[in-house]
Amino acid sequence: MAKIGIIGYGITPFTKDDKKIESILLDSAKELFKNNQKINRDDIDAVLVSTNNNSKYLSPILSEMAGIQPKIAHSIENLCNSGTNSIVSAYSYIASGLADLVLVTGAERYDSPGSVLDWDNSRGEYKHPIFWASLFAKSYKREFNISDEQLALVSVKNHKQAKENPNALSNKTYTIEDVMNSKKITEDLRLLDCSRSCTGSSSIILGSEEKVKELSENPVWITGIGQKTTSAGFTKNTSFSSMESTKQACETALKMSKKNIENVNVAEIHDAFSVCEPMALESLGFINEGHGMDIIKELHLTNNFKINPRGGLIGCGHPLGATGIAQTIEITQQLQSNANKRQVDDANVGLIHNMSAAATSSTVLVLEK
Amino acid sequence: MSFETKLKEGIFCIPECNECKKIVWPPAEFCNHCFGIVSLKEGDFEAKIIEFSSKNEQYFCIVEFEKTFRIIATISKTPNIGQSVKISKCGISDGNYFFVVI
Ligand SMILES: [Zn+2]
Repeated sequence: MAKIGIIGYGITPFTKDDKKIESILLDSAKELFKNNQKINRDDIDAVLVSTNNNSKYLSPILSEMAGIQPKIAHSIENLCNSGTNSIVSAYSYIASGLADLVLVTGAERYDSPGSVLDWDNSRGEYKHPIFWASLFAKSYKREFNISDEQLALVSVKNHKQAKENPNALSNKTYTIEDVMNSKKITEDLRLLDCSRSCTGSSSIILGSEEKVKELSENPVWITGIGQKTTSAGFTKNTSFSSMESTKQACETALKMSKKNIENVNVAEIHDAFSVCEPMALESLGFINEGHGMDIIKELHLTNNFKINPRGGLIGCGHPLGATGIAQTIEITQQLQSNANKRQVDDANVGLIHNMSAAATSSTVLVLEK
Repeated sequence: MSFETKLKEGIFCIPECNECKKIVWPPAEFCNHCFGIVSLKEGDFEAKIIEFSSKNEQYFCIVEFEKTFRIIATISKTPNIGQSVKISKCGISDGNYFFVVI
């Protein structure tokens, strides 16, 4: 199997800015080239854009603005896991030999059209993500006897971790009481249980083994990839208290990397809503079903940043197309011992979990030094 | 007649494949199992409540029909898991389907 790795990245703060999608895209790409002066833009074979924005041919536009004339240029969209889908596509282009150097840039505006799923009519009038999340929360709490107060800890922990991330949307810490007293959106969700849409951009550049060795002093390799889509409709989920697509994607990714979940030292988890974090930890196999909160509590009490060091989607904000790439950048920084106050000890193996459409689709990546 | 045309009239139908007799959900012209033509069954179908929550005192629940497919519907009284319900009102409003069960 060909070795494919991460050469460099660029990321800019997530905000509520009202900017054109084209300039948002360029923000992190510019940052990437500033940080990686050795990369010759003439050598870039493919430019992939990850976004839910409705604008057309954004990859050729970004390429032109960044002075790149790629062989391959197109957008990739799959709602909230567009970012990791783009990384998987970049990996595949390199593995096939069609490309040696691929730029992947994700960007979204705060008013992204990607948050409401028009096609899924089985949801009736309940199409906003808070409705599936409320049903997940209710189901999870009932099945495993978990309270709202217990789930609130996810938001407390992730906001605390986001405070150490200069690119996060949130810069505040909250107590359990703050989360419990935040605006009640539904019977089962409060405002601070939810990730927020925002404007953001993140870029990563992937290369073949030869390119990585030539251009990176601190390489990080993508050693495992797993993806699974079980349906497009939320009501087709077989369980509302676990994530089937995540289980299958994780199994595939670990098998490819020849690792066990116990080998993972640091992970980015798709906490679109607080309940998603314990559910995902269980579906990824970190712990038995119903016990995800045990890990979260212990990590919080010991101030260990192992899960969602950058602050998760809840702390960072969720610019859909940029999220999976931002998660991958965080794990790259962790493996490079470059995560400053967020640094996890002995980070050799990292995992990224990025999902979309009420967990009907999941991507899991394994990264190694 | 399409599922949507019936729904607009306030009639909830179950789409079934003419060939393999499977229920095809979400409603489609062709069966996603055998690509056979789909026709609509009318009736007073019973469903079971799988899960529920509420927003602004308004309950919404996932209900399952014929142990095969589910929709999210509004319900006015406090729901219970496993409770049997029927569609009391349905239609299309502002481009969105809506379902009410009792
Ligand atoms: Zn059929």
